[in-house]
Amino acid sequence: MTGREPPPSTKRDLERYAGLFAARTQVMKSSAMRDLMALTDRPEVISLAGGLPDTSTFPPDTYASLMASVARDACAKALQYGPTEGFATLAGHIAEVMAAEGMRLDEEEVLITTGGQQVIDLVCKTLIDPGDVIVAEAPTYPGAVPTFCSYQADVVQIELDAEGMRIDELEETLDRLEREGRRPKFIYTVPTFQNPAGVTMSLPRRRRLVRIAHERELLVLEDNPYGLLRYEGEPLPPLYALDGGAFVIYLGTFSKILSPGIRLGWAAAPRPVLQKMNLGKQAADLCSSSMTQLFVSAYFEQGDWRSYVGSLIEVYRARRDAMLEALAEHFPREAAWTRPQGGLFIWATLPDYIDTTDLLARALREDVAFVPGRAAYLDGRGGSSMRLNFSGNDERAIREGVRRIGAVVAEQVALYGTLTGAPAVEPPAARPSAAEGLADVLELPRRRTAGDGGRAESER
Amino acid sequence: MSAIAVLKGGRSLERQVSLTSAARVEDALERLGHGVVGVDVGADFVQRLDALRPAAAFVALHGRDGEDGTVQELLEVLGIPYTGSGVAACVRCWDKVLAKHLLRAQGIPTPDFHAFSETAFRELGAAQALPAIERALAFPLVVKPAAQGSALGIKFARRADDVPAALVSAFSYDRKVLLERYVPGRDLAVSIVEGAGGEPQALPIVEAVPTSRDFYDFEARYEIGRTRFVCPAELPEQIAAQAQELALAVYRALGCAGFARVDLMLHEDGKRLFVLEANVVPGLTETSLLPQAAEAAGISFDALVERVLGLALAPA
Repeated sequence: MTGREPPPSTKRDLERYAGLFAARTQVMKSSAMRDLMALTDRPEVISLAGGLPDTSTFPPDTYASLMASVARDACAKALQYGPTEGFATLAGHIAEVMAAEGMRLDEEEVLITTGGQQVIDLVCKTLIDPGDVIVAEAPTYPGAVPTFCSYQADVVQIELDAEGMRIDELEETLDRLEREGRRPKFIYTVPTFQNPAGVTMSLPRRRRLVRIAHERELLVLEDNPYGLLRYEGEPLPPLYALDGGAFVIYLGTFSKILSPGIRLGWAAAPRPVLQKMNLGKQAADLCSSSMTQLFVSAYFEQGDWRSYVGSLIEVYRARRDAMLEALAEHFPREAAWTRPQGGLFIWATLPDYIDTTDLLARALREDVAFVPGRAAYLDGRGGSSMRLNFSGNDERAIREGVRRIGAVVAEQVALYGTLTGAPAVEPPAARPSAAEGLADVLELPRRRTAGDGGRAESER
Repeated sequence: MSAIAVLKGGRSLERQVSLTSAARVEDALERLGHGVVGVDVGADFVQRLDALRPAAAFVALHGRDGEDGTVQELLEVLGIPYTGSGVAACVRCWDKVLAKHLLRAQGIPTPDFHAFSETAFRELGAAQALPAIERALAFPLVVKPAAQGSALGIKFARRADDVPAALVSAFSYDRKVLLERYVPGRDLAVSIVEGAGGEPQALPIVEAVPTSRDFYDFEARYEIGRTRFVCPAELPEQIAAQAQELALAVYRALGCAGFARVDLMLHEDGKRLFVLEANVVPGLTETSLLPQAAEAAGISFDALVERVLGLALAPA
């Protein structure tokens, strides 16, 4: 029994469901990249691809006693729906977290969300009609790309350098957009320990960005998941603190300072914007989990959240240092990478004849993975770069992972040298070394003219 | 009645597609009244199959291991009947270079090409031959890994400067790559399914029509919304018949069994057909070409699965 009538075999479109899909589904990321990324979670793979904090550092006993206290003291409440904006007690703790970075929060102006990711979604939902412009960094947070795409935004990406988003380029771009009659709805930035580049926006640029937002009456979405995870250097004020809550929508999250599994983040924003976002959240999921909100409140009331963050800083600093050392040891001289003062990521750029999407296929055969740079661009750029995460693996795995990637890169550098003629040795590139000063060091996409002669990895 | 093992997943780059194909096959087999055991192919493959002793294995494993003859060889050793092509045909089709040589020897048109291993470049100075190859094949040319089921690693080189980087990319997937003359024109797929008596039948032709402007963008071709598939392709009757005959000739020349999909290009002159490759474990997902072609021919997915399984259980 086949149980199914064959459709008429006249000429017809074979994508039977294509007619049902919304137009916004047609701007999705490359399926090839998705298939590749699906292979990175095999257990034998050392994945430097994730953005995972190390949750094994959280004491199981603490978790158990907090959950027990939620069950004991607020069982019915934990199992019930809550207000869309979240519990007021938790808003108080959020104010505490923001105060640790020098921000003052009016507790009426916060919306507790299901992870920071929901803030990006709600901001788009509130502000973006198809074709509207979002200004983002180049590269930008890969996880924001599908969100921007699903709202059919026209994303314009502004280059980064060692001081974060190039504000001169931003102003030029805003002028150009204005001439074209297109007004961006918001500027999306991760100013501190940027994902994926690892760089931090300098204070002068922060001030200029906030001034531009005020002058042009543009909203800025400040995504700040890692601000408290600083391993060296002096903290810089968030844009939200500089702006005074007029044009900056602030995105915060518990994911990196406590746990991503609890799925709790928040938005602090000008009240009219927040009200619209609140309506959007009602439509999306009514409210975030009461259970995990109560868990977090109990955690803040019973424990010392700062000392836990302090312990994370110790762990991640050592891992960052291990990755920087391994990069210096195993990556060829043609490669460059950033030296983040905090956060979770290093951005490495290889010679432009290496395509990191293809390199990932090769690297997976050596059981190691990273995020190909293209994932952080909407225009096909980033093909020679990669994002490396150092928070999710211990130092030994990090060193081994970087060694394996270095080996396949060296193989491709040598092959390219062979293909382009007599292997030549390039003058050593100015390379970031772990011993260098405290400043972020960045050498971003090195543009080379095609076919500029042979290059080969020298024997070292 | 012992169960049918559906082989799926594995470690290849096409793992996800394979899981989707297999899920659909498993559903169909259950509807057909078979006991079904899904087997994600890994280190315990032989042990599991030996313990299961299934009536047959339905190979829904794409890419390496599933299409290169590896699992077929093991199934032969275990004495378990399996769907689709045998070891030799898998080996011939998986290696595009070998397949193209065999086709050429049979007088079946395939785009001109040259293929090299990595060692040829590393140890024999094959790079010195690139200018001559480029002159012979002309630009743009296609650079691709000899063995890779999906579009991954396929690059266009528009000029000589593009070739080395394209080769480096292709070598990311395989130790052997080929440089192939680009055939501008229409992208056609002819699926073949054998009848109950083992006589191969060419199904209606599917044309992949790119919706994106840059038809050099191979990746885009396989994404939902970026390519439209039309079946039957709008072709002059005579060309359609020629394409189907050609595909059947390929199927026989390479010794395929059960079913297969042959990819061709119709040159923009509207006359010349070129065979690119044959796939022994074609995709079986909702949007895959072979099941769609089968439906266009009035063969439902369940009927297709039943027929392919039947051929495995009752070898001619």
